[in-house]
Amino acid sequence: MFAVAAIGLFVAMLLVLIRLYSGPTLYDRVLAVNSFGTHTVLFIGVLGFLNGRPDFLDIALLYALINFVGTIAILKYFRYRAIGDMSPVTRKKETGL
Amino acid sequence: MSALDMFIEGLSWVFIVSGSFFAIVGAFGSLRFPDFWSRLHAASISESAGVILLLVGMALQAGLTLITVKLLIIGIFLFITGPTATHAVANAAYVTGLRPKEGTGLEAPKETSTKTEKPKSKVKVKSKPATKRRKPSANGKTRANGTTRSKG
Repeated sequence: MFAVAAIGLFVAMLLVLIRLYSGPTLYDRVLAVNSFGTHTVLFIGVLGFLNGRPDFLDIALLYALINFVGTIAILKYFRYRAIGDMSPVTRKKETGL
Repeated sequence: MSALDMFIEGLSWVFIVSGSFFAIVGAFGSLRFPDFWSRLHAASISESAGVILLLVGMALQAGLTLITVKLLIIGIFLFITGPTATHAVANAAYVTGLRPKEGTGLEAPKETSTKTEKPKSKVKVKSKPATKRRKPSANGKTRANGTTRSKG
């Protein structure tokens, strides 16, 4: 049963990876990265059950956290060209403040 | 093995197999759909249905242990952050000026071609100052439509 789920998730990850490689816009790629991360969380969990070691779920939880933060960070970077505080020049150009 | 155990086993089979089915369907849709906005829809299928079904199946398999609590925490977290991340991506794409293409089904069936072309021309007029302001970058194709500052 878990082997079936692992194979299915693996195929799904490959399909998402193709979209990640060939996405025409940046947002297609970001969406594909996010979707790939969600699939990876599930894949790690299923793999833990498959090996009889469900402690892998801790790793899956950590991966979910990092995936979300990473997606938001990528989006913020491409919007403002800075992850932390913007430089004053960029802030004036982007927001007018 | 009692009858209840067999029932739970079969139920978790159903949940896990249908969850991986939905994961594949979502991935296939996000590969094959023609537009960014429709791909958003396809990705959200595997992020809601696939996640919930797979986690419920795994929880049924684990029984009432600490593992189920961990699965519940993962499920709650993904349930909150999945739509949030999707909304962030969609909002970023919208602000940058990406708009859905009008497919053949979306066009007006009557001969009101002048009405349907009005919003198109509006977008084009808006995009012109944006291309002047923007530096040409690697993803200039998406930026070319952009009206980043018009909304403030």
